[in-house]
Amino acid sequence: MKYNTPRKFSVFGLLAITAFAACSPVKEYQKNRINDAEMSLSSRKVEKNESNFQSYREGSSGANGGKTGGGCGCN
Amino acid sequence: MRRICLTLVGIYLLFLHTFSQTTTSRAATRESPGGDTTYRSRKLRLEEVDLVSSYYWQNGDHSAIEGGIGSEKVTDLANGLELKLAGYDFKARKNNLTLGMGLDHHTAASQAWVSKTGASKTGGTRLYPSINWTRENEVKGTSFGFGAVYSSEYNYHSLGLDAEVSLKTHTNGEFTAKFSTYLDQVKLVRPSEFNTTETVTNTTGGTTTYTTASGQTVTLSSGSTYTSESSSAHIPSSPRNTYTASFSFTQVINTRLQGAVLLDLVAQNGYLGLPFHRVYFADGTDTIEKLPSTRYKLPIGLRLNYFLGDRVILRGYYRYYTDSWGIRSQTASLEVPVKITPFFSVSPFYRYYTQTAAHYFAPYEKHTVNDTYWTSNYAYAGFTSSFFGTGIRLSPPAGIFHSSLKTVEIRCGHYTQTTDLVSNVISMNLSFK
Repeated sequence: MKYNTPRKFSVFGLLAITAFAACSPVKEYQKNRINDAEMSLSSRKVEKNESNFQSYREGSSGANGGKTGGGCGCN
Repeated sequence: MRRICLTLVGIYLLFLHTFSQTTTSRAATRESPGGDTTYRSRKLRLEEVDLVSSYYWQNGDHSAIEGGIGSEKVTDLANGLELKLAGYDFKARKNNLTLGMGLDHHTAASQAWVSKTGASKTGGTRLYPSINWTRENEVKGTSFGFGAVYSSEYNYHSLGLDAEVSLKTHTNGEFTAKFSTYLDQVKLVRPSEFNTTETVTNTTGGTTTYTTASGQTVTLSSGSTYTSESSSAHIPSSPRNTYTASFSFTQVINTRLQGAVLLDLVAQNGYLGLPFHRVYFADGTDTIEKLPSTRYKLPIGLRLNYFLGDRVILRGYYRYYTDSWGIRSQTASLEVPVKITPFFSVSPFYRYYTQTAAHYFAPYEKHTVNDTYWTSNYAYAGFTSSFFGTGIRLSPPAGIFHSSLKTVEIRCGHYTQTTDLVSNVISMNLSFK
């Protein structure tokens, strides 16, 4: 499998910019859905050990708010 | 005359009313955590206790310890306890102190089949305490913090330190930068066939230096004896350092959608393989895994969460990863929590992962002695994997059975790799407030 790294990053950046460019002002009283516990942007605590075993069994890690390597016998 | 008197009394009362308003700073009038509107500093007090347990088991037939062949059976029981304390100082800044303690017991995984002498071993325990402190200025929308974590296995010790700053924008965004380092020590426990058990005695009459099988230098005075590397006190260690700069930006996009961009810059140096991973050359001889002493990683991720209707949430995640060892990977996952009631949800999820092989990977008996580096660890092979399962979350406002147990989460998943590795995991989080 071949990857074109610059193109991947370009597509990624375009996707992020498009999503964030659609921002509309949201007042505090309008955040009942945004503040729902299931809408959290961080990984849940119950997922912690899942990302741990994935970092042992897969060659990549990081960009998920968790570990990026080190701290254990994993990569 | 009566009108004039009443008017004067009215004006007097109006003035009294005006002066009854006290001038206070914005921070001081901010609603305190106790619910009243007068600010008071508050000492740290326990706000939340989380207990996370998980059981993991796997099977496969590409063990790195046996050079890419052999059983990969693993079981792991992990338990973590986290205490979160919070309080306010006299400047109305919120202080959070998080104390954690983790204890894992596993068979195999990183240390299977190798004991301190390099002979077979079937299990081990890992202990990892942590502490984290943050100070948050809720008026300015800024925060900073520091953390430390220690991890101890019989053959691996790690000290992690981190510092973090974050800044909220006026448009519902938040930028966070975190810098962390792990200073690890890998004990050079090698497969038993590479260790000597012989006893060396200095009979020369003077001081003599010996180089042991694992490369350790031992100085013996006349008549003294050194017995092999079977004693853990004589097994040397090698450092492995990891430095990470993590950046994230989260943004509320509209009343139903929010997202985050995550970027990590990672540099590692030191002993990046494991000394008990065997590699078999094409001529049938075996050696120990050999990998470069530096590695640079660049993962970038995007999260988007969307509240669909009143009951369904879409949690999407994508990550692109590249590193200096030649691994390129993509990860995509989607989780769909469905609210059966406002306090009970079911969350099916699916994760797809694909990666290319590292430059230094080859299967059993495919490496040659002419290669510069070699490994038969299938974590560095090219493969795709799928991970799917479901979770449930129960969080009634008055607690479960009106107790201090506020939230219960249970999650189970099934994982398959195209290398034939299969695993299952079940996790539970109990949250007390």
